[in-house]
Amino acid sequence: MTFQEIQSQAKSEWEDLQKKACILIGTATCGRAAGALNTLEAFQAELSRRHIEVKTIQVGCMGLCYAEPLVTMAKPDSFRVVYGNVTPELVPRLVEGYIMGDDPCLELALGTLELGEGGAPYIPELPRFEKELRLVLRRCGYIDPQNINHYIANGGYSGLAETLMRPPDEIIEQVKRSGLRGRGGAGFPTGLKWEFCRKAEGEPKYVVCNADEGDPGAFMDRTILESDPQQVIEGMIIGAYVVGARQGYIYVRAEYPLAVERVKTALRQAEELGLLGDNILGSGLSFRIELAMGAGAFVSGEETALMAAVEGEMSTPRPRPPYPAQAGLWGKPTLLNNVKTFANIPLIIERGADWFSSIGTEGSKGTAVFTLAGKVNKKGLTEVPMGITFREIIYDIGGGIPGSKSFKAIQIGGPSGGCIPPSLLDAPIDYDSLRQAGSMMGSGGLIVMDEDNCVVDAAKFFLDFTTKESCGKCTLCRLGTLQMFHILEAITRGEGKPEDLDLLFELAEDVKLGSLCALGGTAPNPVLTTLRYFRDEYEAHVLEKRCPAKLCPELTAYYILPDKCERGCEHCVLTCPTEAIKGEKGEVKFIDQEKCVNCGTCLDVCPPEYNAVVKLSPISQLPPEDAAAKERGIAQRAQQVA
Amino acid sequence: MIGTQGKERLAETLSSYSKERKSLIPLLEEVQGELGYLPKEVMQEIAGFLAIPEVEVYGVATFYNQFRFVPRGKHHVRVCMGTACHLAGGKLILEALERELGIKVGETAEGGEFSLERVACVGCCMLAPVMIIGEEIHPKMTPFKSEEALIPYRQKSEETNSSKGQAGAKTGKRGE
Repeated sequence: MTFQEIQSQAKSEWEDLQKKACILIGTATCGRAAGALNTLEAFQAELSRRHIEVKTIQVGCMGLCYAEPLVTMAKPDSFRVVYGNVTPELVPRLVEGYIMGDDPCLELALGTLELGEGGAPYIPELPRFEKELRLVLRRCGYIDPQNINHYIANGGYSGLAETLMRPPDEIIEQVKRSGLRGRGGAGFPTGLKWEFCRKAEGEPKYVVCNADEGDPGAFMDRTILESDPQQVIEGMIIGAYVVGARQGYIYVRAEYPLAVERVKTALRQAEELGLLGDNILGSGLSFRIELAMGAGAFVSGEETALMAAVEGEMSTPRPRPPYPAQAGLWGKPTLLNNVKTFANIPLIIERGADWFSSIGTEGSKGTAVFTLAGKVNKKGLTEVPMGITFREIIYDIGGGIPGSKSFKAIQIGGPSGGCIPPSLLDAPIDYDSLRQAGSMMGSGGLIVMDEDNCVVDAAKFFLDFTTKESCGKCTLCRLGTLQMFHILEAITRGEGKPEDLDLLFELAEDVKLGSLCALGGTAPNPVLTTLRYFRDEYEAHVLEKRCPAKLCPELTAYYILPDKCERGCEHCVLTCPTEAIKGEKGEVKFIDQEKCVNCGTCLDVCPPEYNAVVKLSPISQLPPEDAAAKERGIAQRAQQVA
Repeated sequence: MIGTQGKERLAETLSSYSKERKSLIPLLEEVQGELGYLPKEVMQEIAGFLAIPEVEVYGVATFYNQFRFVPRGKHHVRVCMGTACHLAGGKLILEALERELGIKVGETAEGGEFSLERVACVGCCMLAPVMIIGEEIHPKMTPFKSEEALIPYRQKSEETNSSKGQAGAKTGKRGE
C-alpha cells in the first residue's frame, strides 16, 4: 500500500466514527487508578441493558488527572462534553441524558469541546488550556492509542512520508534549525546529535528511545506511551532513516505494564501497515524496533548505563567520550533520545523548523511537558511553551494551593533538580534559567510544596533516593552522598552542628566532581538549592532544634489542648495506632508522648469544631514532663531501629 | 526447589530465547513473573544456558531492584515512596504497616500471607499517598486507612483457609 492509500483508509474509518454517538473513557494508568475500568464496565452494561449500540473507546490521558475517571461523550450534530469524576453511579444518568435524550447533564461536566453552549465552560477557554500549548499531547485523550488508524487520520506518519522523499542531510538541517533540545533533561541540541551519529563510522547503527522514566513523581513519558505511542515510533523511524539504522530499541520501565502493552500493540500495527519492517513505504529503508524492559534501576536512565542494560549487563555508566552517537550499543554508533524528543520530530518535519522555533525562548524552543503533583489543586499533566513562569503553572494551570496554606517551594527535576523558592515564581522556565537557579529541567516532574513540607526533609528524601540508586561505581557518588545523607539525618533529628552546613557544601562539590555520570553529578542539587534558598530552615533545625514546617518527628510533638478538648468525643482515642491517647470517657484526653509516633491521625480526626490537637516545635514547648517523655520515646525508637 | 515439573517448564521458557547475553534480563523477568522470585537453581540453569559464569547472572539479578530472591507473600503490599507520596506522608503509611504486620520492609508476615515492600514511584502522584496490595491501588491513604485496607485480604485468606481445610478433610488430604 502507498501512504496515500493507508491514509485514506484511516481517514474514512475516522470519519465513520464521527457519524455515530461515541463514548471515550480515559483508561491510562491515572484513570485506572481512579477506577476508570469500573466506569467502562458500567457504560457497557448500561448500553447493553438498553439495547443501544454506541461505541465505547478506551483513550489515553487528557492530562486532567485530578478529575479522573474522565469521560468524553460525542454524538452527531451535537457538541462534545467532557465529564470529570465519572463514577459508575453516574453512568445511567449520562446515557439517559446525553445519548438517549436532550439533557447533556452540564452540571456534571468539566466543559464542552465546542463553543456556543451555555451552562458549562468552553474547555479551550479555561485558564488551564489558555496557558497550555499542546503539541505532543495534542491527541492524548482524543484518539484510541491501540488503533493506528486514529493516529494516521489525525496527521500521523505524514512526517515520515515526507521525510522519505527528502535527503537525510536536509532533515538534519531542519531539526537543527528548529532548535529542538533533548527532552531527557540535559538539553543537548538534537540536530547536532543526529548529525554526529549520521557521520559516525561503523555498522550497524542503532536507534534507541529512552523511556526509563525513573524520577519519582514524573510520569510524562508513561502517559505519552499509553496515550499516543505511534508518534514516538514515527520519530524513531525518521531518526533511523537519517542516521542509517536498521534496528531500534525502546527501553521502557517494567514498572509501566500498561505502557509496555500499548507500545507492543503499536509496534505490531505499524508492522502490519508496512511502516516498520523491510522496505518501508517502498523507500528501501528497513527498520525494526524491539522492546527492551528496564528492571528497576534509576541509573539506567543515564545513556551509557541504559545501553549496558540493553546489552544484558549491570547498568553502570562509562566515561564519555566516546559518546553513544560514535560508540554506543555494542560499540556501534547509536542515536539515543528521550520519548518526548522523538515525539516532537514528526511535527517539526510537518510544520517546519521556523514554526517550531517561533515557540519558546531564545535558547529553549518548543514546549515542555510537565507533571504537576504535590500540594496543588489540579494535579495532572501539562504542556506549555518554554518560558512560561512557575506562577502561571501553579496558579493558572494548577489552580493554586489547596486550603489556606501558603506556597513554600516547587521542586523540579526530581533527585537531580532543586527547590525553587517563592522569589523565583516569576522566573521563566527554560533550560538555561533553571541551570542558573541551581536546578535543571530534568525529565519534567514538578512537585509543589506548601508550608507543611520541610525542605530539609525533602533534601534528605532525595539524598536517600540517590544513595540507594547510586550504582556504586564512583566512590564519591557511592559514599559522598551517603555522608551527606547522614548529615541531613542528624540535622532533622536535631543533632546537627553549625559547621555541618559548610561541610555539606564541601561534600556537594566533591560529589559533583568525582562522579562519572549525571546521577552523581546532580545528586547534590536538592541539598544545594535548599541550602541556598532556605538556609533559615536549616539553621532553625540546627540552632533551635525547631522544624519550621512542624514535620520532622524528632523535633515536633502533637499535643491536645486541654481547654479545647471536648471530653465526650473519643475519635482520637479510638484511631490512635499505638494506643498513645489516654483519658476516660468524659475526661480531657492526653497524649502519652513516650508512645506517640507522630503519625498525625489524631490531628486528622479531631473534629474541626474543637480543633484541639496542635503540633509543637521545638519539643521544649510541651509541658516539661511531656517533653521528657517525648525524649524517652525518641530514644527508644532510635534504639529499636539500630 | 522447583522440582521436575518446574525444570521442564524452565527448559521450555529458555528455548524461546536466543543464547545471547542480551536475553539475560528478559529471561530473569519472565522466570520471576512465573515463580514470583528467582530461586538459586534457576539462576544456575540460566547461566548454563547463556554460557556465562553464574556470578554474572547473580550480579545482574542483584543489581536491579526488580528481582527478588525469596518468595513473596500471598498479598504483596507495596508502599509508594515517590516524591509526591513522601510529601503527603508516605513514610507514615509504611511505618503503620510495619507496626500492623509486625515486620520490616522486605519481610513476610502472618505465615506467608503478606509481604511488604517499598517502591520508588508508581506514578499515581495525584492520588498520593498510595499503597498497592497485589495489583489493587489504594489511593489517599492515612495510617488508619492503611491498616483497615488489610482487613478484607485477611478475611479472604481466612475463608480460603477454612474451605481448604474442609475440602482436605473430605478427601483425606490437606490443601497446599
